[in-house]
Amino acid sequence: MATKIVMEALSPTMEEGRLVEWKKQEGEPVATGDVIAEVETDKAVMELVARADGTLLKHVVAAGTTVPVSQLVGVIGEPGEDVSSLLAGSANGKAKAEAPAPPAVAAAPAPAASVATPKPVLAPTAAAPGGRIKASPLARKIARDRGLDLGAIRGSGPEGRIIQRDVEGAAVQSPEPAGPGGPAFRDVPLSQIRKTIAKRLAQSIGPIPTFYLTSEIDMERTWDARETLVAGKDRSPDEPRISYNDIILKAVALSLRQHPDCNAWWQDDRIRYWNEVHLSMAVAVEDGLITPVIRLADRKSLREIAREARELAGRARERRLTPAEYTGGTFSVSNLGMFDIDQFTAVINPPEAGILAVGGITPKPVVVDGATAIRRRMRVTLSCDHRVIDGATGAQFLRTLKGMLENPLTMVY
Amino acid sequence: MAGSATKPSKAKKAAPAASAEECHHWLRQMMLIRHFEEKAGEAYSLGKIGGFCHLYIGQEAVGVGCIASLRPDDYITCSYREHGHALARGMSARSVMAELFGKATGCSGGKGGSMHLFDAERGFLGGHGIVGGHIPLTAGTAFAAKYRGTDQVSACFFGEAAVNIGAFHEALNMASLWKLPAIFVCENNGYGMGTALARASAIMDISHRAYSYAMDTEAVDGQDVLAVKAAMDRAVARARTDSMPTLLEMRTYRYVGHSMSDAAHGTYRTKEEVETFRQRDPIKVLAEYMKAGGMIDNAGIAAMDEEVVAEVADALQFAEESPDPPPEALTRDVYAEPR
Amino acid sequence: MPTLTYRDALNEALLEEMQRDPDVFLMGEEVGEYDGAYKVSRGLLKQFGPKRVVDTPIAELGFAGIGVGAAMVGLRPVIEMMTWNFALLAIDQIVNSAAKMRYMSGGQIGCPIVFRGPGGSALQLGAQHSQAFESWYAHVPGLKVIAPATPADAKGLLKSAIRDDDPVVFIEGEMLYNLKGEVPEGEHLTPIGVADVKREGGDVTLVCHSKSVTIALKAADQLAEAGIQAEVVDLRTIRPLDTDTVLRSVGKTHRCVVVEEGWPFAGVGAQVVDVLQRDAFDELDAPVVRVTGADVPMPYNKALEKAAKADPAQVVAAAKRVLYLE
Repeated sequence: MATKIVMEALSPTMEEGRLVEWKKQEGEPVATGDVIAEVETDKAVMELVARADGTLLKHVVAAGTTVPVSQLVGVIGEPGEDVSSLLAGSANGKAKAEAPAPPAVAAAPAPAASVATPKPVLAPTAAAPGGRIKASPLARKIARDRGLDLGAIRGSGPEGRIIQRDVEGAAVQSPEPAGPGGPAFRDVPLSQIRKTIAKRLAQSIGPIPTFYLTSEIDMERTWDARETLVAGKDRSPDEPRISYNDIILKAVALSLRQHPDCNAWWQDDRIRYWNEVHLSMAVAVEDGLITPVIRLADRKSLREIAREARELAGRARERRLTPAEYTGGTFSVSNLGMFDIDQFTAVINPPEAGILAVGGITPKPVVVDGATAIRRRMRVTLSCDHRVIDGATGAQFLRTLKGMLENPLTMVY
Repeated sequence: MAGSATKPSKAKKAAPAASAEECHHWLRQMMLIRHFEEKAGEAYSLGKIGGFCHLYIGQEAVGVGCIASLRPDDYITCSYREHGHALARGMSARSVMAELFGKATGCSGGKGGSMHLFDAERGFLGGHGIVGGHIPLTAGTAFAAKYRGTDQVSACFFGEAAVNIGAFHEALNMASLWKLPAIFVCENNGYGMGTALARASAIMDISHRAYSYAMDTEAVDGQDVLAVKAAMDRAVARARTDSMPTLLEMRTYRYVGHSMSDAAHGTYRTKEEVETFRQRDPIKVLAEYMKAGGMIDNAGIAAMDEEVVAEVADALQFAEESPDPPPEALTRDVYAEPR
Repeated sequence: MPTLTYRDALNEALLEEMQRDPDVFLMGEEVGEYDGAYKVSRGLLKQFGPKRVVDTPIAELGFAGIGVGAAMVGLRPVIEMMTWNFALLAIDQIVNSAAKMRYMSGGQIGCPIVFRGPGGSALQLGAQHSQAFESWYAHVPGLKVIAPATPADAKGLLKSAIRDDDPVVFIEGEMLYNLKGEVPEGEHLTPIGVADVKREGGDVTLVCHSKSVTIALKAADQLAEAGIQAEVVDLRTIRPLDTDTVLRSVGKTHRCVVVEEGWPFAGVGAQVVDVLQRDAFDELDAPVVRVTGADVPMPYNKALEKAAKADPAQVVAAAKRVLYLE
């Protein structure tokens, strides 16, 4: 008599688990209590043990598959035993996980895009046990052309094969192909714990569970540096006059490079960590706000940033930006210092996970080396999507930023 | 085994009359074929010729006598033992030897080889490699001549082993049914490869096969070129004027093996048998006849021999020195060039 | 545009080509007095007389060879095989003689001949009378192989085949003879070696020929009801294969199902798949799936016979499979 192996609830809150690895292969004998598979729960990687003696007859789901609790994952029985009846019962509900059911064709009569492209399915990747990624040639080509990492994409085809719809979905928001430094980003499937955090926090606070970190930065040295730059005798008249904001943008970009955790997109079922920094810069326009993007800001000189920021802001006010110029940012900066705002919180610009709200630079009395001194100070507040950025992560980013602005020379190397 | 081959003595003796000029021509053609085939055999053993190579030594009178009856616009289709017929048709020793060597200058551009000699201009429609497979083709060329209302005759040469295959029966039946101007020349050399006629055919008189198709037929001494020519003349007349087909059984013998990979004698026939038939070597038969009639003397024969030796030597040198087909020939001639 | 049956379209092609060129003649079993076993040659004997419409004994090898011989010296024979099953007896002439003549003669002797007749299975004719041989002949360099699916293509391609300077194997669909369709008036020639998109669609390509075009079109209707737009590519000519059209379509749809009536092993579809895996490798989002006749001799029993034949349901299932919709 064959025995079903089902996904067990290995933690009190576990609703589904990812079968990380089969520890027993088909055909191998198993005894009650033997570890037959490793399962990642919402908390940790746990062991799934055999509840019967016999032979592991079948892996009903492949390693890497996420399966709801109590779903059939395997069968133990006698060699040669017919287990088709057990399997038949599970055929429909097999590996529901986060894989969307293939589009219900009958229910999608739309004539134009007749075969609905489902949303990309991510997380457990298509990597076979040997590490080889199964992907259709077309999917590989698309991934290659768009700089997508197949390892980060979950395939929805047979045995996890990555197919066109998987990469098409993944690529929708890709702003531009890989830059000179390699792939533009790295997709990381959501672990169970990340998923649980996301779900809980979102329930608690709204669609984007935001928290805020504020830091006050001493701007004396940046002030001096900027004065020097602006006063430079060699500066040709058509070169931009460097603003504080330009320096802040540069510092943010460089800091993000050091803290890619904050340079990321929330994508529902995964987090996209960008290897490139595309800074969205909030610009007030007549009836609202737009965020033109300075691409690859971390690789640009202050002069280039200044020129580009000026140019983009100018055209933003004239409403002459193209969509490509105000989408695809990886992090935003909003500066209200010129409006005499000391400190504020900015609203996250999804799918970005962070935005920095920059206040004005004001002289104020502070204690320096045990004595009261008047220093030019600036307050910045980082709004963080808690599904992506944790408190400590955001704090570390701010500390780096603060360090750079307080000692601008560090930006040079 | 000695009795397996049909005795030439059984065949109908002809009492032909031929001019000295004709006899000279035929003797020279037979000597050319003989020497050509001997040198081809030598070139084969030297590795100059590859694949299959079926020699005509011993059967020369059949090809020479029959083709002598044909007009230049008549059609000839042969089996794979067709070097002699090609030469008798007037194809140059150079073009035939070059084809055996697989050279671009060969009569089929080096792409046919020993078994597929072609010369469209001379109506020489090929040697064909499937036993009996070409017999319907001859019925087809005869059909075309009749269709067009020309008086062209189509001749087909095949061995006696081919009369047991369906294509022979189907072609002869339709040729007779439709009164096609075709002549089916069966060169009965006694053996289909290594199988004696008696072991392959229920009847020994191949000519009798024609009775099944209400077709005229003759059995002829294939070692006597004059008898061959005379019988062929009758068949050609029947075809050309009456549009009626004929089956000719030419009783002959090959002095060499079936192909180059087959010994002249040994497993399936004795040396004695081969020697017996060599007594009626067709070249000797004609030479004796000519000498008796004062048409030639030994010096004349020697001079003729010298000529054919030189001609074959020239052909060998030409074949040797000719270029291989260019690489692009590989994919050419699979289909017609777009018009 | 007049509507004709496939049968009458072929008849028109023969009639027109025989009128046009006195070198064209028709030969085969029952083509004359009987007016054609399948009535494709109906009326031709009356029109052209026994010289040009030649009834033969049952001797496929013989009259195929006679046709080849006549073609070698410049006539343009049309040799009717009562069915392609019987042409197996003549395959020596088709393959060893017709296909190779030009090559082994070094280009001297051509063979402008058409071998034509019905192929494929009809209804309950059993194992020896229900076979699709396209892939057999398509294997042979020197032959051209045509298998039209519609009356218009049947007429246009037969006319082109008769005018072609190479041997053509022209396999008609036995079950298509009564198929009606519009046929352009006047001189209607369809080029050999050009496939035809019988239905456009962007989701999946169905490659087919002859009777399988009908099957694929039915499948495409059913797929459309499910919101899937199938593109139906009718090869029309099997050799030379119009790989450009197939590649263009698969380049658009990224998914392909090849449908044929014949057996699976080394079939026409296998050749199409070979082309796709090599020349459209990066375009494929799924392995190409083939729908073929079952890998068995055709059974007589009606239900078994049905099970042995490719049908629209199998094509629909295959299309969903390559779309990952199973």
